[in-house]
Amino acid sequence: MTSEEAPAVREIAVVAFAQTDHRRSTEESSEVEMLMPVLHEVLAQTGLKTADIGFTCSGSSDYLAGRAFSFTLALDGVGAWPPISESHVEMDGAWALYEAWTKLLTGDADTALVYSYGKSSPGSLRDVLTRQLDPYYVAPLWPDSIALAALQAQALIDAGHTDEPALAAVGARSRADATANPHAQLKGQIPHGDHVVRPLRTGDCPPVGDGAAAVILAAGERARDLCARPAWIRGIDHRIEAHGLGVRDLTDSPSTRLAAEKAGAFEQPVDTAELHAPFTAQEVILRRALRLGDDVRVNPSGGALAANPVMAAGLIRIGEAAARIHRGDSDRALAHATSGPCLQQNLVAVLEGDPR
Amino acid sequence: MPDVLKAPLVVEFPFTRSLGPVQSAFLTGLRERVVLGVKTADGRTLVPPVEYDPATAEEIRDLVEVAPTGTVTTWAWNHEPRRGQPLGTPFAWVLVRLDGADTALLHALDAPGADSVHTGMRVRIRWAAERTGAITDIACFEPYDGEPHRPGGHTGEFEDPLTGIVAPARLDYTYSPGRAQSAYIDALSAQRTVGERCPSCRKVYVPPRGACPTCGVATKEQVEVGPRGTVTTFCIVNIKAAHTANLDIEVPYVYAHIALDGADLALHARIGGIPYDQVRMGLRVEPVWTEGARYPGYYRPTGEPDADYETYKELL
Ligand SMILES: [Zn+2]
Repeated sequence: MTSEEAPAVREIAVVAFAQTDHRRSTEESSEVEMLMPVLHEVLAQTGLKTADIGFTCSGSSDYLAGRAFSFTLALDGVGAWPPISESHVEMDGAWALYEAWTKLLTGDADTALVYSYGKSSPGSLRDVLTRQLDPYYVAPLWPDSIALAALQAQALIDAGHTDEPALAAVGARSRADATANPHAQLKGQIPHGDHVVRPLRTGDCPPVGDGAAAVILAAGERARDLCARPAWIRGIDHRIEAHGLGVRDLTDSPSTRLAAEKAGAFEQPVDTAELHAPFTAQEVILRRALRLGDDVRVNPSGGALAANPVMAAGLIRIGEAAARIHRGDSDRALAHATSGPCLQQNLVAVLEGDPR
Repeated sequence: MPDVLKAPLVVEFPFTRSLGPVQSAFLTGLRERVVLGVKTADGRTLVPPVEYDPATAEEIRDLVEVAPTGTVTTWAWNHEPRRGQPLGTPFAWVLVRLDGADTALLHALDAPGADSVHTGMRVRIRWAAERTGAITDIACFEPYDGEPHRPGGHTGEFEDPLTGIVAPARLDYTYSPGRAQSAYIDALSAQRTVGERCPSCRKVYVPPRGACPTCGVATKEQVEVGPRGTVTTFCIVNIKAAHTANLDIEVPYVYAHIALDGADLALHARIGGIPYDQVRMGLRVEPVWTEGARYPGYYRPTGEPDADYETYKELL
């Protein structure tokens, strides 16, 4: 008998999440030393051993470490001998999670370990991030990451979508919320501060810090075995925009909107949104692109303005959203991750808990 | 625990990149003080030009000259210029839509202060005195309140077009190897070699990196190994070392994996004090410390009988 019905899509959930305390410097630890405790923590949450994991995927960047193939050293922390099924993305761990999700969809694995880490402290992050820019027309000018975010913020102010007091309020709310987050690097009352690159002040910019995060995904009944209330990934999608900054409308994020649409974010309202907005103005853009109303709890963790370990901050958004579902603080949450200058690439995931 | 070690680490490379036809025309144009854009199928002019339409992905190479004058579409005031940036004095980062273009180019604007800059202000290119065919041939933009310049109608054909650029990059780091490797390096400076034992499988790793790759757990228990060891495998190097610190090493020489006594992982080092063609698997060796150095200069034969293959075959 042939069936016209599409095969049932596997249900996949985030079943565990752990992160380091994010700090300005972790010079006493190598990457693997920083990473290992969070790997052990997610395994302990699920009772899994490394040998039980079907697929492992990680995200990191050699440019942070200043060393080629730096991710291979971190593999010592996952017990990669005897050989395991493993992959790496030179991106934020949110994209590693996307790869792991597709791997689980194929049925090749039932569980996946996703981790990412970044140590920004050895280098100068503002300069390091210039190396991701167009090498012909942009990188030779060394426009640092804050300068590019400032161009976007000014465009947003000129368009009348925000002003400096409104941006200060975004920063203040984030750091106030972060007081409830034991892992956050910057919390409490932080002054808006002086201009770093006008119109952005220190309070509009994320802290520079080191940190790591890990997530375990599981499919179907396996997820229910491992977690009392799994955070089911109802949809996940990522989109990219033209690399040319002058080609894009910097006041909008059509790639975020499209990713959200494809992930099903607009089909029902969400109660929580974890947005990866390292700069205050970017939260304003993302709220508009995602049509988030004032009733949606945005970045209760404090978001990237409170802790922005590069390469892990996006995965942490998914983890924080999932953890709220695990705890019963949320029933339907949106998680967003970004990469590249001025919100160039955006990933949106929609997570849900079982009905209560 | 000794202090964590730190050292400056400079990553520097001259990135040599080839150019496609559109990039070549644009950068050659800058050398000749001509700014070129590229037309898309729907009639928009992109400056800086790209080879594929960002909306349709169609190949585009219909070059068109635009004016060296334009309008600021957004800006940001940079009061503390950083290394490599176009100006050493405070300046504005700007996106500028040149007259005749539909998209904006990123560059620097030389202006007396933040209060003199606004979106919509008129600017023009200030050319670099010496131009090589790079985005930095535009020294910066400067305020301009005259008439828009008329583009010259250049076709993008040049006598001596560029085929590539060299984009130098330099990043400065302070490298710290972390707890386990710091302890290893620290012990080496006292002419001792220490590994770390895995609490689970009991293997001793040298040099230790803080984790057992088999068990995925932290290794903490320090174990002194060596100083003697066994050559497990080796190769003969016939290429002269390029690094200045190693220029006095004559070729051919032998580079070997050495299983230090008590270690469960072989480390690698140069073998000296024996003709290169007499080095063999199983050879017993010991470190030779150079005065003042923080690590062994090389390993030399101890004169003991060779180790039995059975004793080191697991470490190959
Ligand atoms: Zn072990």
